[in-house]
Amino acid sequence: MNDRLLRVLMLADYNTRVVVFGVVMLGIAGGVIGVFLLLRRRALLADAVGHAALPGVAGAFIVLTALGADARSLPLLLTGALISGLAGMGCVLLINRLTKLSEEAALGIMLSVFFGFGIALLGIIQQMRGASAAGLGSFIYGRTASMIRADALLIGFAALGIVVLATLLFKELRLYTFDEDFAAGDGWPVHGLDVLLMSLVVGVTVLGLQAVGIVLVIAVLIIPPAAARFWTDSLAKMVLISAVIGALGGYIGAAISAMAPRLPAGAVIVCVTGSMFLFSLFFGKTHGVVPLAVDALKLRRQTRLHHILRCLYECGEAIYDHSKPISIRTLRDSREWGDQELERAIHTAEKAGHLRETRERAYLLTEKGRVEAHRITRNHRLWEIYLLEHADVAASHVDQGADFIEHVLGTELVAELERSLSIEELTPGSVHHLPAEQGVET
Amino acid sequence: MIWTSLDTWIVVAAALAGLASALVGSFLVLKKMSMMGDAISHAVLPGIAVAFILTSSHASGVMFLGAAVIGVLTAVLVQLVQRYGRLEQGAAMGVVFTVLFAVGLILIEQAAQHVDIHPEHVLFGAVELVPLYTLQLFGLAIPRGVAVLGVITVVNLAVVVLFFKELRLAGFDPALADALGIGSGRMHYLLMVLVALTTVAAFEVVGSILVIAMLIVPGATAHLLTKRLVSFLVVACGVAVTAAVLGHVAAALLTAPENGVIPQALTLLHRRVVVARQDILGLLVRHTETFSTKGNAVLVPEPTGLNLQQLRSLPGSPFPAGSGMLRLALITLRLSGSVSRTGKRYYLTPQGMKQAHELLRSHRLWERFFHDEGNVLLDELHPAADYLEHYTDGELREALAHKYTGEGRDPRGNKIPD
Repeated sequence: MNDRLLRVLMLADYNTRVVVFGVVMLGIAGGVIGVFLLLRRRALLADAVGHAALPGVAGAFIVLTALGADARSLPLLLTGALISGLAGMGCVLLINRLTKLSEEAALGIMLSVFFGFGIALLGIIQQMRGASAAGLGSFIYGRTASMIRADALLIGFAALGIVVLATLLFKELRLYTFDEDFAAGDGWPVHGLDVLLMSLVVGVTVLGLQAVGIVLVIAVLIIPPAAARFWTDSLAKMVLISAVIGALGGYIGAAISAMAPRLPAGAVIVCVTGSMFLFSLFFGKTHGVVPLAVDALKLRRQTRLHHILRCLYECGEAIYDHSKPISIRTLRDSREWGDQELERAIHTAEKAGHLRETRERAYLLTEKGRVEAHRITRNHRLWEIYLLEHADVAASHVDQGADFIEHVLGTELVAELERSLSIEELTPGSVHHLPAEQGVET
Repeated sequence: MIWTSLDTWIVVAAALAGLASALVGSFLVLKKMSMMGDAISHAVLPGIAVAFILTSSHASGVMFLGAAVIGVLTAVLVQLVQRYGRLEQGAAMGVVFTVLFAVGLILIEQAAQHVDIHPEHVLFGAVELVPLYTLQLFGLAIPRGVAVLGVITVVNLAVVVLFFKELRLAGFDPALADALGIGSGRMHYLLMVLVALTTVAAFEVVGSILVIAMLIVPGATAHLLTKRLVSFLVVACGVAVTAAVLGHVAAALLTAPENGVIPQALTLLHRRVVVARQDILGLLVRHTETFSTKGNAVLVPEPTGLNLQQLRSLPGSPFPAGSGMLRLALITLRLSGSVSRTGKRYYLTPQGMKQAHELLRSHRLWERFFHDEGNVLLDELHPAADYLEHYTDGELREALAHKYTGEGRDPRGNKIPD
């Protein structure tokens, strides 16, 4: 068993190698084109086109059988799929333009009616003499086992062509994806790009029919880019990641279905890619649920720390003496916070070495804590001045505004604030004095 | 066609499935959520599969429970993926339903070994099998599928009537519905549950993929015809029932096995093309032979091939001028690699040569047969053999060969190819 798995994964057999090449190229093409499809918010169109391909495949099969030619020829069946896929897309556009039905409804109608027609044709095939519909099952569920060398090569090289085309037109596609109006205003052939992208989508869909099947072919186009979305905000990186996920999904999926040829290959590939999506959803670097939650937790901790430090600093200011410990009661009264929140804040700051308990429930800033508290208070007040002078916020409200922003002010922004504000000795309308820059004695 | 009680039950089942789907589907169309019906109808597959593996019966209570759970689950998952993935609804649906569908497909393929379930029946339905499984209800033998669909239709109708006001408000103005305390969210999930239940009830009849047509198309048709919700629902139901009746009649007339219009036409076309192809092969292969001084056929060292004109005009050509069949058959011959074209001339490929020799062998064996057994005159041999060669398979040919290849030549002295 393990030996066999290794043989499959290492592509020891020629047949496996060929099938894996086809499926991996398909995954890459789907991943690349899918990014644009996803960002254009047209994901379900691929689903509809996939279903619309069925009457094309079945029709081509009938015509080929009736003419006595070889009805298993993949290029001819896919040509049929291409024609009916394009016809289906045309129908959606027509329904959209001519009736008041929503695009959703148009997609649903086209998808189901075309698919139903395809099923009817399959019924006819079963009753024709001299026809065996056995090969057509693989188009519905996807079966890599039925893939021969020529099929895999056809899929692989067509997918390669699609990827190359998308790479060459990357700049144009990016512009059109993000700002269609600007692209049109700038003189780009937006309509042509639209048609091109949709044709590439139909192309990938049709190529994926044999490996993944009609119902699931949409997954090749949608899941990899949706997973890639969690890792990055840059389009180029997203395309790259999406292609890698598509390729990996194809590789592992094809390997598993080589091990268990009875399982529908399409479903296996989709499950593998789907689990990669799940992983990305949780652990994706930029938008994953866990990193976001960790960030939020960190921010909450930092905010708490800042609050307690500034509170201690301001209490010290009030008595003109930073060397006296402040009692917990004073701290509680100087800010609107609950006991629990205060305890947590003290604990956090104590652990970070910013304060220590000198007497029973009275706290003093350490040297390190004093420097940090000084910086935070300064940032807070700088922002207060800014709000007063430039944003015309009432003096009674500036404290609140500054409370939110002080935690995220970077050094650059602080420098900018210092440059642009005419810093007087006294801070706005208030009691507070702007602490001097670190290291400058006042 | 002859109308039997089977036809009646099939039409009743299809009409009930259509009614149940149209009732809930209309609200999907109104809420611009048609594709949600698509997503749920795909996503219930694992629910069906698990329920089937657990109970090994169609349309069990467990199956409906599973479907209801999956229906809500799909709606919730789509919303979660949409929120956390910052994806549009369509993409979120695409991710959720394909994965669920894939899981369901694998489960069914696994289960197919042990229990009586076929992916085809779940996906495409088998309305013709509905009358076969019956229940005794009120002393009547009612097909189980019809009973289940009847219940679902009643449930859907009851929900639509009872919650008409709420569904209407939540469909047209969810914000107002929320403000009035109706809870558009609750109505949304209620609708999703109904869609899932209807999908499961209908999968025996139309399959879990085509049920989307039953959900959406009547609603969309009604949307184009009327502007009031009540008449909307009535029109949608009317469309659904009409489609069920016309659909069955059309299927019976057009595609019935053996005597349906379409299969007959296709079979006829198929036969004619096959005969034309074989005639062309025969013409081409005879052209590769020439006649020796003794009148026997011998091989031409370098055959010149034939052009279209010659194929039509050679003696023995069955193609009249202007017949399209010749071109059609030539195209299919080239597609299947039996004939190649250089310039305007057609040549046999090695594969075509092999097929042609088989034909020629049948032809000459038949001539031998009629000559030896029937004492048919030499001049009259050709037409009969010409006819029979198209219907001679390998077995029959070898049976003939067994008896008549003593000399290896036909009555005219031409060699019978191997």
